[in-house]
Amino acid sequence: MNLLISIVAVLILMLLAMGMTMNHVTIYFLTAIAPYAAIAVFLAGFIRRILLWAKSPVPFRIPTTCGQEKSLPWIKSSPLENPSGLPGVIGRMALEVLLFRSLFRNTDVEMIDGRPVYGSASWLWFFGLVFHGSLLVIILRHLRFFTEPILPGIAGLTAVDGFLELAIPTLYLSDVMLLAAVIFLFVRRIINAPLRYISLAADYFALLLIAAIAVTGLWMRHIQPTDLEQVKALVMGWVTLSPHSPQGVGVVFFIHLFLICVLLAWFPFSKLMHAGGVFLSPTRNLANNSRSQRHMNPWNGPVLVHTYEEYEDEFRDKMKAAGLPVEKE
Amino acid sequence: MNKNKWGFIILGLAIFVIGITFPFWYGKGKSTPPPLLSLDTPAITALTEKRCVEDTAFMRANHMKLLDAWRDEAVREGHRLYTAKNGRTFEKSLTGTCLQCHSNKEQFCDRCHNYVGAKPSCFNCHIIPGEVKQ
Ligand code: HEC
Ligand code: HEC
Ligand code: HEC
Repeated sequence: MNLLISIVAVLILMLLAMGMTMNHVTIYFLTAIAPYAAIAVFLAGFIRRILLWAKSPVPFRIPTTCGQEKSLPWIKSSPLENPSGLPGVIGRMALEVLLFRSLFRNTDVEMIDGRPVYGSASWLWFFGLVFHGSLLVIILRHLRFFTEPILPGIAGLTAVDGFLELAIPTLYLSDVMLLAAVIFLFVRRIINAPLRYISLAADYFALLLIAAIAVTGLWMRHIQPTDLEQVKALVMGWVTLSPHSPQGVGVVFFIHLFLICVLLAWFPFSKLMHAGGVFLSPTRNLANNSRSQRHMNPWNGPVLVHTYEEYEDEFRDKMKAAGLPVEKE
Repeated sequence: MNKNKWGFIILGLAIFVIGITFPFWYGKGKSTPPPLLSLDTPAITALTEKRCVEDTAFMRANHMKLLDAWRDEAVREGHRLYTAKNGRTFEKSLTGTCLQCHSNKEQFCDRCHNYVGAKPSCFNCHIIPGEVKQ
Protein backbone atom coordinates (compact mmCIF):
# COMPACT_ATOMS: atom_id res chain seq x y z
CA MET A 1 0.00 0.00 0.00
CA ASN A 2 2.74 2.41 1.00
CA LEU A 3 4.61 1.31 -2.07
CA LEU A 4 1.60 2.01 -4.25
CA ILE A 5 1.18 5.49 -2.79
CA SER A 6 4.74 6.44 -3.59
CA ILE A 7 4.66 4.96 -7.09
CA VAL A 8 1.51 6.96 -7.79
CA ALA A 9 3.09 10.08 -6.27
CA VAL A 10 6.13 9.86 -8.54
CA LEU A 11 3.95 9.18 -11.57
CA ILE A 12 1.73 12.16 -10.78
CA LEU A 13 4.81 14.38 -10.47
CA MET A 14 6.06 13.17 -13.84
CA LEU A 15 2.68 13.76 -15.47
CA LEU A 16 2.55 17.19 -13.87
CA ALA A 17 5.92 18.05 -15.39
CA MET A 18 4.75 16.78 -18.78
CA GLY A 19 1.60 18.84 -18.46
CA MET A 20 3.62 21.91 -17.65
CA THR A 21 5.51 21.71 -20.93
CA MET A 22 2.24 22.41 -22.76
CA ASN A 23 2.22 26.18 -22.52
CA HIS A 24 4.61 29.08 -22.18
CA VAL A 25 3.57 30.31 -18.77
CA THR A 26 4.10 26.96 -17.10
CA ILE A 27 7.37 26.42 -18.96
CA TYR A 28 8.51 29.76 -17.62
CA PHE A 29 7.46 28.65 -14.15
CA LEU A 30 9.33 25.38 -14.53
CA THR A 31 12.56 26.83 -15.88
CA ALA A 32 12.76 30.19 -14.16
CA ILE A 33 10.78 30.12 -10.92
CA ALA A 34 10.68 26.55 -9.65
CA PRO A 35 14.48 26.10 -9.52
CA TYR A 36 15.01 29.24 -7.46
CA ALA A 37 12.09 28.39 -5.19
CA ALA A 38 13.41 24.86 -4.71
CA ILE A 39 16.92 26.04 -3.84
CA ALA A 40 15.54 28.67 -1.45
CA VAL A 41 13.33 26.13 0.34
CA PHE A 42 16.23 23.68 0.43
CA LEU A 43 18.68 26.14 1.96
CA ALA A 44 16.26 27.72 4.43
CA GLY A 45 14.74 24.39 5.44
CA PHE A 46 18.14 22.77 5.88
CA ILE A 47 19.44 25.60 8.06
CA ARG A 48 16.24 25.67 10.12
CA ARG A 49 16.44 21.94 10.74
CA ILE A 50 20.11 22.13 11.75
CA LEU A 51 19.45 25.02 14.13
CA LEU A 52 16.55 23.12 15.71
CA TRP A 53 18.79 20.15 16.28
CA ALA A 54 21.61 22.35 17.54
CA LYS A 55 19.28 23.94 20.08
CA SER A 56 18.06 20.67 21.55
CA PRO A 57 19.80 20.12 24.85
CA VAL A 58 22.31 17.30 25.12
CA PRO A 59 23.48 17.61 28.72
CA PHE A 60 25.27 14.30 29.04
CA ARG A 61 27.67 12.26 27.00
CA ILE A 62 26.14 9.23 25.37
CA PRO A 63 28.89 6.65 25.40
CA THR A 64 28.35 3.87 22.93
CA THR A 65 29.99 0.60 23.66
CA CYS A 66 31.90 0.20 20.41
CA GLY A 67 35.33 0.27 21.99
CA GLN A 68 37.22 0.61 25.25
CA GLU A 69 36.93 4.03 26.80
CA LYS A 70 40.11 5.90 27.71
CA SER A 71 40.75 5.33 31.41
CA LEU A 72 43.91 4.12 33.09
CA PRO A 73 47.12 4.35 31.07
CA TRP A 74 47.71 0.59 31.10
CA ILE A 75 44.25 -0.24 29.77
CA LYS A 76 44.32 -0.18 26.00
CA SER A 77 41.66 2.20 24.70
CA SER A 78 40.32 2.57 21.20
CA PRO A 79 40.55 6.27 20.39
CA LEU A 80 38.49 6.13 17.19
CA GLU A 81 35.64 3.91 18.37
CA ASN A 82 35.38 5.62 21.73
CA PRO A 83 37.16 8.96 21.48
CA SER A 84 38.09 11.00 24.50
CA GLY A 85 38.75 14.35 22.83
CA LEU A 86 38.15 16.49 19.77
CA PRO A 87 40.68 14.83 17.40
CA GLY A 88 39.16 11.42 18.10
CA VAL A 89 35.67 12.77 17.53
CA ILE A 90 36.71 14.22 14.20
CA GLY A 91 38.24 10.88 13.26
CA ARG A 92 35.12 8.97 14.25
CA MET A 93 32.92 11.44 12.36
CA ALA A 94 35.11 11.13 9.27
CA LEU A 95 34.84 7.33 9.42
CA GLU A 96 31.10 7.65 9.76
CA VAL A 97 30.58 10.18 6.99
CA LEU A 98 33.07 8.81 4.49
CA LEU A 99 32.94 5.08 5.16
CA PHE A 100 29.61 4.56 7.00
CA ARG A 101 31.34 2.90 9.96
CA SER A 102 28.11 2.25 11.87
CA LEU A 103 26.42 0.58 8.96
CA PHE A 104 29.36 -1.78 8.65
CA ARG A 105 28.54 -3.09 12.12
CA ASN A 106 25.19 -4.33 10.89
CA THR A 107 24.57 -7.92 11.89
CA ASP A 108 21.99 -10.43 10.94
CA VAL A 109 20.60 -13.24 13.02
CA GLU A 110 19.43 -16.57 11.73
CA MET A 111 18.05 -19.68 13.43
CA ILE A 112 20.34 -22.59 12.71
CA ASP A 113 19.52 -25.88 14.43
CA GLY A 114 17.24 -24.05 16.79
CA ARG A 115 19.98 -21.73 17.94
CA PRO A 116 20.28 -18.08 16.94
CA VAL A 117 23.47 -17.48 14.99
CA TYR A 118 24.76 -13.98 14.42
CA GLY A 119 26.77 -12.99 11.39
CA SER A 120 27.84 -9.75 9.81
CA ALA A 121 25.56 -8.37 7.11
CA SER A 122 27.40 -5.77 5.14
CA TRP A 123 25.45 -5.70 1.90
CA LEU A 124 23.54 -2.66 3.02
CA TRP A 125 26.81 -1.00 3.92
CA PHE A 126 28.31 -1.88 0.56
CA PHE A 127 25.42 -0.69 -1.56
CA GLY A 128 24.92 2.32 0.67
CA LEU A 129 28.50 3.33 0.03
CA VAL A 130 28.20 2.69 -3.71
CA PHE A 131 24.97 4.68 -3.81
CA HIS A 132 26.31 7.74 -2.01
CA GLY A 133 29.64 7.61 -3.80
CA SER A 134 28.15 7.54 -7.25
CA LEU A 135 25.64 10.21 -6.30
CA LEU A 136 28.54 12.45 -5.30
CA VAL A 137 30.38 11.80 -8.57
CA ILE A 138 27.22 12.49 -10.57
CA ILE A 139 26.59 15.77 -8.77
CA LEU A 140 30.19 16.84 -9.30
CA ARG A 141 29.98 15.93 -12.98
CA HIS A 142 26.90 18.11 -13.34
CA LEU A 143 29.08 21.10 -12.42
CA ARG A 144 30.03 21.18 -16.10
CA PHE A 145 26.66 22.82 -16.67
CA PHE A 146 26.97 25.19 -13.73
CA THR A 147 30.40 26.66 -14.35
CA GLU A 148 31.87 28.47 -17.32
CA PRO A 149 34.78 27.97 -17.88
CA ILE A 150 34.22 24.48 -16.55
CA LEU A 151 35.72 23.97 -13.11
CA PRO A 152 39.15 22.36 -13.44
CA GLY A 153 39.14 18.76 -12.29
CA ILE A 154 35.67 18.01 -13.58
CA ALA A 155 37.06 16.91 -16.93
CA GLY A 156 39.46 14.54 -15.20
CA LEU A 157 36.72 13.11 -13.01
CA THR A 158 34.50 12.67 -16.05
CA ALA A 159 37.27 10.92 -17.94
CA VAL A 160 37.90 8.50 -15.06
CA ASP A 161 34.17 7.90 -14.70
CA GLY A 162 33.86 7.07 -18.38
CA PHE A 163 37.16 5.28 -18.80
CA LEU A 164 35.56 2.19 -20.33
CA GLU A 165 34.59 4.33 -23.34
CA LEU A 166 31.65 2.05 -23.92
CA ALA A 167 29.01 3.36 -26.28
CA ILE A 168 28.61 6.87 -27.63
CA PRO A 169 28.23 9.06 -25.68
CA THR A 170 30.43 7.28 -23.17
CA LEU A 171 28.66 5.31 -20.49
CA TYR A 172 29.60 6.54 -17.02
CA LEU A 173 30.36 3.96 -14.35
CA SER A 174 28.76 6.10 -11.68
CA ASP A 175 25.45 5.95 -13.57
CA VAL A 176 25.53 2.17 -13.68
CA MET A 177 26.53 1.89 -10.03
CA LEU A 178 23.84 4.32 -8.94
CA LEU A 179 21.16 2.35 -10.73
CA ALA A 180 22.44 -0.94 -9.32
CA ALA A 181 22.48 0.48 -5.81
CA VAL A 182 19.01 2.02 -6.08
CA ILE A 183 17.63 -1.27 -7.33
CA PHE A 184 19.27 -3.12 -4.42
CA LEU A 185 17.98 -0.66 -1.84
CA PHE A 186 14.51 -0.82 -3.34
CA VAL A 187 14.34 -4.60 -3.69
CA ARG A 188 15.68 -4.97 -0.16
CA ARG A 189 12.70 -3.06 1.18
CA ILE A 190 10.26 -5.18 -0.75
CA ILE A 191 11.71 -8.66 -0.33
CA ASN A 192 12.59 -8.47 3.33
CA ALA A 193 9.27 -8.89 5.18
CA PRO A 194 10.20 -7.13 8.46
CA LEU A 195 11.65 -4.28 6.48
CA ARG A 196 8.58 -4.05 4.29
CA TYR A 197 6.48 -3.87 7.44
CA ILE A 198 8.33 -0.84 8.77
CA SER A 199 8.65 0.94 5.40
CA LEU A 200 6.64 4.12 5.04
CA ALA A 201 5.51 5.69 1.82
CA ALA A 202 8.24 8.31 2.27
CA ASP A 203 10.89 5.57 2.32
CA TYR A 204 9.85 4.27 -1.07
CA PHE A 205 9.24 7.77 -2.38
CA ALA A 206 12.83 8.86 -1.72
CA LEU A 207 14.20 5.87 -3.63
CA LEU A 208 11.72 6.10 -6.47
CA LEU A 209 12.26 9.83 -6.88
CA ILE A 210 16.02 9.40 -7.12
CA ALA A 211 15.58 6.44 -9.46
CA ALA A 212 13.27 8.47 -11.69
CA ILE A 213 15.78 11.32 -11.81
CA ALA A 214 18.55 8.89 -12.72
CA VAL A 215 16.50 7.19 -15.41
CA THR A 216 15.41 10.46 -17.04
CA GLY A 217 19.03 11.60 -16.95
CA LEU A 218 20.27 8.42 -18.63
CA TRP A 219 17.43 8.65 -21.11
CA MET A 220 18.59 12.10 -22.19
CA ARG A 221 22.13 10.89 -22.59
CA HIS A 222 21.79 7.51 -24.22
CA ILE A 223 18.35 7.12 -25.73
CA GLN A 224 17.00 10.50 -26.75
CA PRO A 225 19.85 13.00 -26.61
CA THR A 226 18.97 16.50 -25.56
CA ASP A 227 20.51 19.66 -26.93
CA LEU A 228 23.02 20.20 -24.15
CA GLU A 229 24.08 23.59 -25.44
CA GLN A 230 20.58 24.88 -24.71
CA VAL A 231 20.59 23.13 -21.36
CA LYS A 232 23.86 24.74 -20.38
CA ALA A 233 22.64 28.14 -21.54
CA LEU A 234 19.58 27.67 -19.32
CA VAL A 235 21.66 26.69 -16.31
CA MET A 236 24.12 29.54 -16.82
CA GLY A 237 21.08 31.79 -17.01
CA TRP A 238 20.06 30.71 -13.50
CA VAL A 239 23.56 31.17 -12.20
CA THR A 240 23.84 34.69 -13.58
CA LEU A 241 20.31 35.49 -12.39
CA SER A 242 18.99 36.04 -15.89
CA PRO A 243 16.96 32.92 -16.63
CA HIS A 244 15.47 32.35 -20.05
CA SER A 245 13.49 29.44 -21.42
CA PRO A 246 15.42 26.93 -23.51
CA GLN A 247 14.45 26.14 -27.08
CA GLY A 248 14.02 22.65 -28.40
CA VAL A 249 14.86 20.55 -25.37
CA GLY A 250 12.61 17.57 -24.95
CA VAL A 251 9.90 16.75 -22.43
CA VAL A 252 12.25 14.37 -20.65
CA PHE A 253 14.47 17.27 -19.65
CA PHE A 254 11.54 19.06 -18.04
CA ILE A 255 10.61 15.93 -16.10
CA HIS A 256 14.22 15.58 -14.95
CA LEU A 257 14.31 19.22 -13.88
CA PHE A 258 10.97 19.15 -12.12
CA LEU A 259 11.76 16.00 -10.17
CA ILE A 260 15.02 17.55 -8.99
CA CYS A 261 13.16 20.65 -7.83
CA VAL A 262 10.74 18.42 -5.92
CA LEU A 263 13.64 16.51 -4.39
CA LEU A 264 15.37 19.71 -3.28
CA ALA A 265 12.26 21.25 -1.80
CA TRP A 266 11.25 18.05 -0.03
CA PHE A 267 14.74 17.28 1.27
CA PRO A 268 14.73 19.37 4.47
CA PHE A 269 11.46 17.82 5.61
CA SER A 270 12.35 14.24 4.88
CA LYS A 271 14.59 11.52 6.20
CA LEU A 272 17.15 12.65 3.64
CA MET A 273 18.12 15.25 6.24
CA HIS A 274 20.42 12.57 7.62
CA ALA A 275 22.93 14.34 5.37
CA GLY A 276 23.09 17.12 7.94
CA GLY A 277 21.86 15.06 10.85
CA VAL A 278 24.82 12.70 10.91
CA PHE A 279 27.02 15.59 12.04
CA LEU A 280 24.66 16.32 14.91
CA SER A 281 24.23 12.77 16.19
CA PRO A 282 25.10 12.86 19.89
CA THR A 283 26.39 9.29 19.85
CA ARG A 284 28.86 10.27 17.11
CA ASN A 285 29.87 13.85 17.89
CA LEU A 286 30.44 13.78 21.64
CA ALA A 287 33.70 12.66 23.15
CA ASN A 288 33.24 10.03 25.83
CA ASN A 289 34.91 11.85 28.70
CA SER A 290 32.31 11.11 31.35
CA ARG A 291 34.96 9.73 33.67
CA SER A 292 37.45 12.56 33.39
CA GLN A 293 35.01 15.46 33.43
CA ARG A 294 31.85 16.10 35.38
CA HIS A 295 28.88 17.04 33.22
CA MET A 296 26.22 18.97 35.11
CA ASN A 297 22.70 19.05 33.89
CA PRO A 298 22.40 22.76 33.04
CA TRP A 299 18.71 23.02 33.82
CA ASN A 300 18.81 21.41 37.24
CA GLY A 301 16.76 23.66 39.52
CA PRO A 302 18.09 24.64 42.97
CA VAL A 303 17.28 21.79 45.38
CA LEU A 304 16.18 22.76 48.89
CA VAL A 305 18.22 20.66 51.32
CA HIS A 306 17.91 20.40 55.07
CA THR A 307 21.15 18.95 56.42
CA TYR A 308 21.44 16.99 59.67
CA GLU A 309 23.31 19.87 61.34
CA GLU A 310 20.45 22.23 60.57
CA TYR A 311 17.98 19.63 61.81
CA GLU A 312 19.86 19.25 65.06
CA ASP A 313 20.09 23.03 65.53
CA GLU A 314 16.36 23.25 65.11
CA PHE A 315 15.39 20.43 67.47
CA ARG A 316 18.34 20.26 69.90
CA ASP A 317 16.29 21.19 72.97
CA LYS A 318 13.62 18.67 72.19
CA MET A 319 16.13 15.95 71.41
CA LYS A 320 17.95 16.54 74.65
CA ALA A 321 14.69 16.56 76.55
CA ALA A 322 13.83 13.19 75.03
CA GLY A 323 17.27 11.86 75.91
CA LEU A 324 18.41 11.45 72.33
CA PRO A 325 22.16 11.73 71.64
CA VAL A 326 23.24 14.94 69.90
CA GLU A 327 26.50 15.69 68.15
CA LYS A 328 26.96 19.25 69.38
CA GLU A 329 26.21 20.19 72.94
CA MET B 1 32.20 22.19 24.67
CA ASN B 2 28.99 24.20 24.65
CA LYS B 3 30.75 27.41 23.66
CA ASN B 4 32.51 25.53 20.88
CA LYS B 5 29.24 23.98 19.76
CA TRP B 6 27.91 27.11 18.13
CA GLY B 7 31.27 27.70 16.52
CA PHE B 8 31.06 24.30 14.87
CA ILE B 9 27.43 24.79 13.86
CA ILE B 10 28.17 28.14 12.22
CA LEU B 11 31.26 26.75 10.51
CA GLY B 12 29.34 23.75 9.19
CA LEU B 13 26.43 25.82 7.95
CA ALA B 14 28.80 28.31 6.29
CA ILE B 15 30.57 25.50 4.43
CA PHE B 16 27.19 24.08 3.44
CA VAL B 17 25.77 27.37 2.13
CA ILE B 18 28.95 28.31 0.28
CA GLY B 19 29.14 24.84 -1.25
CA ILE B 20 25.55 24.86 -2.45
CA THR B 21 25.68 28.38 -3.86
CA PHE B 22 29.15 27.84 -5.32
CA PRO B 23 28.12 28.24 -9.00
CA PHE B 24 26.59 31.64 -8.25
CA TRP B 25 29.82 33.24 -7.17
CA TYR B 26 32.20 31.13 -9.25
CA GLY B 27 31.24 32.98 -12.44
CA LYS B 28 31.09 36.29 -10.51
CA GLY B 29 27.68 36.90 -12.05
CA LYS B 30 29.17 37.58 -15.47
CA SER B 31 26.87 36.31 -18.16
CA THR B 32 28.66 34.05 -20.59
CA PRO B 33 27.00 33.81 -23.97
CA PRO B 34 26.87 30.39 -25.62
CA PRO B 35 29.75 29.91 -28.05
CA LEU B 36 29.53 31.30 -31.56
CA LEU B 37 29.54 28.43 -34.00
CA SER B 38 31.24 29.40 -37.19
CA LEU B 39 29.80 28.01 -40.42
CA ASP B 40 32.25 30.04 -42.44
CA THR B 41 34.09 27.35 -44.35
CA PRO B 42 34.75 27.14 -48.10
CA ALA B 43 32.62 24.00 -48.46
CA ILE B 44 29.62 25.50 -46.67
CA THR B 45 29.89 28.87 -48.42
CA ALA B 46 29.78 27.00 -51.71
CA LEU B 47 26.49 25.33 -50.75
CA THR B 48 23.41 26.72 -52.39
CA GLU B 49 21.16 25.44 -49.66
CA LYS B 50 22.71 25.72 -46.20
CA ARG B 51 21.68 22.36 -44.86
CA CYS B 52 23.44 19.85 -42.71
CA VAL B 53 23.07 16.10 -43.25
CA GLU B 54 19.75 16.16 -41.44
CA ASP B 55 17.83 19.16 -40.15
CA THR B 56 19.65 21.40 -37.70
CA ALA B 57 17.61 20.60 -34.59
CA PHE B 58 18.18 16.89 -35.14
CA MET B 59 21.89 17.38 -35.75
CA ARG B 60 22.39 19.50 -32.66
CA ALA B 61 21.01 16.84 -30.34
CA ASN B 62 21.65 13.60 -32.19
CA HIS B 63 24.87 13.92 -34.20
CA MET B 64 26.75 11.56 -31.85
CA LYS B 65 24.08 8.91 -32.32
CA LEU B 66 24.25 9.42 -36.06
CA LEU B 67 28.02 9.11 -36.05
CA ASP B 68 27.81 6.02 -33.89
CA ALA B 69 25.38 4.42 -36.31
CA TRP B 70 27.53 5.47 -39.27
CA ARG B 71 30.61 3.94 -37.76
CA ASP B 72 28.97 0.63 -36.98
CA GLU B 73 27.30 0.39 -40.36
CA ALA B 74 30.38 1.43 -42.29
CA VAL B 75 32.96 -0.59 -40.44
CA ARG B 76 31.00 -3.66 -39.47
CA GLU B 77 28.47 -4.00 -42.26
CA GLY B 78 30.21 -2.25 -45.09
CA HIS B 79 27.27 0.03 -45.91
CA ARG B 80 29.09 3.23 -46.65
CA LEU B 81 26.31 5.33 -48.11
CA TYR B 82 23.80 7.22 -46.02
CA THR B 83 20.53 8.45 -47.44
CA ALA B 84 19.18 11.42 -45.54
CA LYS B 85 15.48 11.91 -44.89
CA ASN B 86 15.20 14.29 -47.82
CA GLY B 87 16.88 11.82 -50.20
CA ARG B 88 20.39 13.25 -50.44
CA THR B 89 23.21 10.77 -50.04
CA PHE B 90 26.40 11.11 -48.03
CA GLU B 91 29.40 8.92 -47.51
CA LYS B 92 29.34 7.62 -43.92
CA SER B 93 32.61 9.15 -42.89
CA LEU B 94 33.76 11.34 -40.06
CA THR B 95 36.70 13.03 -41.72
CA GLY B 96 35.42 12.58 -45.24
CA THR B 97 31.93 14.03 -44.69
CA CYS B 98 31.45 16.01 -41.47
CA LEU B 99 34.87 17.60 -41.55
CA GLN B 100 34.70 18.35 -45.26
CA CYS B 101 31.89 20.83 -44.66
CA HIS B 102 32.85 21.66 -41.08
CA SER B 103 36.55 21.96 -41.86
CA ASN B 104 36.87 24.57 -39.12
CA LYS B 105 36.66 21.95 -36.36
CA GLU B 106 38.15 24.30 -33.80
CA GLN B 107 35.60 27.03 -34.36
CA PHE B 108 32.72 24.61 -34.69
CA CYS B 109 32.82 21.16 -33.07
CA ASP B 110 35.37 22.10 -30.40
CA ARG B 111 33.71 25.33 -29.36
CA CYS B 112 30.44 23.60 -28.64
CA HIS B 113 32.09 20.59 -27.01
CA ASN B 114 34.24 22.75 -24.74
CA TYR B 115 31.15 24.65 -23.68
CA VAL B 116 29.26 21.52 -22.61
CA GLY B 117 32.35 19.63 -21.51
CA ALA B 118 32.20 16.86 -24.10
CA LYS B 119 35.44 15.16 -25.11
CA PRO B 120 34.99 12.91 -28.12
CA SER B 121 37.96 10.59 -28.35
CA CYS B 122 37.47 10.06 -32.10
CA PHE B 123 40.32 12.29 -33.12
CA ASN B 124 42.88 10.17 -31.33
CA CYS B 125 42.70 8.12 -34.52
CA HIS B 126 40.73 10.05 -37.11
CA ILE B 127 42.50 12.88 -38.84
CA ILE B 128 41.45 16.49 -38.85
CA PRO B 129 41.95 17.81 -42.42
CA GLY B 130 43.52 21.17 -41.50
CA GLU B 131 46.06 19.66 -39.15
CA VAL B 132 47.60 17.44 -41.79
CA LYS B 133 48.71 20.38 -43.88
CA GLN B 134 50.33 22.19 -40.97
C1 HEC C 1 25.64 22.51 -30.96
C2 HEC C 1 26.77 22.00 -30.24
C3 HEC C 1 27.62 20.91 -30.89
C4 HEC C 1 28.31 20.96 -32.07
C5 HEC C 1 28.37 22.13 -33.05
C6 HEC C 1 28.97 19.71 -32.22
N1 HEC C 1 28.70 18.91 -31.15
FE1 HEC C 1 29.31 16.99 -30.89
N2 HEC C 1 28.37 16.93 -29.11
C7 HEC C 1 27.59 17.92 -28.60
C8 HEC C 1 26.99 17.46 -27.38
C9 HEC C 1 26.06 18.27 -26.48
C10 HEC C 1 27.43 16.15 -27.16
C11 HEC C 1 27.06 15.20 -26.03
C12 HEC C 1 28.02 15.34 -24.90
C13 HEC C 1 27.62 14.57 -23.72
O1 HEC C 1 26.56 13.95 -23.68
O2 HEC C 1 28.41 14.63 -22.78
C14 HEC C 1 28.29 15.85 -28.29
C15 HEC C 1 28.92 14.64 -28.44
C16 HEC C 1 29.64 14.30 -29.55
C17 HEC C 1 30.25 13.01 -29.74
C18 HEC C 1 30.20 11.84 -28.75
C19 HEC C 1 31.11 12.16 -27.59
C20 HEC C 1 31.27 11.05 -26.58
O3 HEC C 1 31.29 11.38 -25.40
O4 HEC C 1 31.40 9.91 -26.99
C21 HEC C 1 30.88 13.04 -30.94
C22 HEC C 1 31.66 11.92 -31.59
C23 HEC C 1 30.67 14.36 -31.51
N3 HEC C 1 29.91 15.10 -30.63
C24 HEC C 1 31.16 14.77 -32.73
C25 HEC C 1 31.00 16.05 -33.24
C26 HEC C 1 31.61 16.53 -34.43
C27 HEC C 1 32.52 15.71 -35.33
C28 HEC C 1 31.24 17.81 -34.58
C29 HEC C 1 31.62 18.80 -35.68
C30 HEC C 1 31.34 18.38 -37.04
C31 HEC C 1 30.37 18.16 -33.49
N4 HEC C 1 30.26 17.06 -32.68
C32 HEC C 1 29.77 19.38 -33.30
C33 HEC C 1 27.39 19.16 -29.10
C34 HEC C 1 27.88 19.63 -30.32
C1 HEC D 1 26.97 19.39 -46.78
C2 HEC D 1 27.78 20.02 -45.80
C3 HEC D 1 27.64 19.47 -44.38
C4 HEC D 1 27.99 18.24 -43.97
C5 HEC D 1 28.50 17.05 -44.78
C6 HEC D 1 27.77 18.22 -42.54
N1 HEC D 1 27.27 19.43 -42.14
FE1 HEC D 1 26.75 19.92 -40.26
N2 HEC D 1 26.00 21.68 -40.93
C7 HEC D 1 26.09 22.14 -42.22
C8 HEC D 1 25.41 23.40 -42.32
C9 HEC D 1 25.28 24.25 -43.57
C10 HEC D 1 24.89 23.66 -41.03
C11 HEC D 1 24.07 24.90 -40.60
C12 HEC D 1 22.61 24.58 -40.69
C13 HEC D 1 21.77 25.72 -40.21
O1 HEC D 1 22.31 26.77 -39.88
O2 HEC D 1 20.56 25.51 -40.11
C14 HEC D 1 25.28 22.58 -40.18
C15 HEC D 1 24.95 22.47 -38.84
C16 HEC D 1 25.43 21.48 -38.00
C17 HEC D 1 25.19 21.40 -36.60
C18 HEC D 1 24.34 22.38 -35.79
C19 HEC D 1 25.13 23.62 -35.49
C20 HEC D 1 24.31 24.78 -35.04
O3 HEC D 1 24.63 25.90 -35.42
O4 HEC D 1 23.36 24.59 -34.30
C21 HEC D 1 25.86 20.32 -36.12
C22 HEC D 1 25.93 19.83 -34.70
C23 HEC D 1 26.49 19.70 -37.24
N3 HEC D 1 26.22 20.43 -38.35
C24 HEC D 1 27.25 18.55 -37.19
C25 HEC D 1 27.62 17.82 -38.28
C26 HEC D 1 28.15 16.47 -38.21
C27 HEC D 1 28.45 15.70 -36.94
C28 HEC D 1 28.34 16.07 -39.49
C29 HEC D 1 28.80 14.69 -39.96
C30 HEC D 1 27.87 13.65 -39.66
C31 HEC D 1 27.96 17.16 -40.35
N4 HEC D 1 27.53 18.22 -39.58
C32 HEC D 1 28.04 17.13 -41.72
C33 HEC D 1 26.72 21.51 -43.27
C34 HEC D 1 27.19 20.22 -43.25
C1 HEC E 1 41.12 3.37 -32.05
C2 HEC E 1 41.10 4.33 -33.14
C3 HEC E 1 39.70 4.89 -33.48
C4 HEC E 1 38.93 5.67 -32.67
C5 HEC E 1 39.21 6.17 -31.26
C6 HEC E 1 37.76 5.99 -33.44
N1 HEC E 1 37.84 5.40 -34.67
FE1 HEC E 1 36.45 5.54 -36.14
N2 HEC E 1 37.53 4.34 -37.30
C7 HEC E 1 38.74 3.77 -36.96
C8 HEC E 1 39.17 2.89 -38.03
C9 HEC E 1 40.45 2.09 -38.05
C10 HEC E 1 38.15 2.93 -39.02
C11 HEC E 1 38.09 2.17 -40.33
C12 HEC E 1 38.36 3.07 -41.48
C13 HEC E 1 37.71 2.58 -42.73
O1 HEC E 1 37.28 1.43 -42.78
O2 HEC E 1 37.58 3.40 -43.61
C14 HEC E 1 37.15 3.85 -38.53
C15 HEC E 1 36.01 4.20 -39.24
C16 HEC E 1 35.06 5.09 -38.81
C17 HEC E 1 33.92 5.53 -39.60
C18 HEC E 1 33.57 5.16 -41.02
C19 HEC E 1 34.66 5.45 -42.02
C20 HEC E 1 35.17 6.88 -42.09
O3 HEC E 1 35.82 7.24 -43.07
O4 HEC E 1 34.95 7.67 -41.18
C21 HEC E 1 33.23 6.41 -38.84
C22 HEC E 1 31.95 7.17 -39.20
C23 HEC E 1 33.91 6.49 -37.56
N3 HEC E 1 35.01 5.69 -37.59
C24 HEC E 1 33.49 7.29 -36.52
C25 HEC E 1 34.16 7.39 -35.33
C26 HEC E 1 33.70 8.19 -34.23
C27 HEC E 1 32.44 9.04 -34.23
C28 HEC E 1 34.60 8.05 -33.23
C29 HEC E 1 34.58 8.73 -31.84
C30 HEC E 1 33.49 8.40 -31.00
C31 HEC E 1 35.64 7.16 -33.68
N4 HEC E 1 35.33 6.77 -34.97
C32 HEC E 1 36.74 6.79 -32.96
C33 HEC E 1 39.45 4.00 -35.80
C34 HEC E 1 39.01 4.73 -34.73
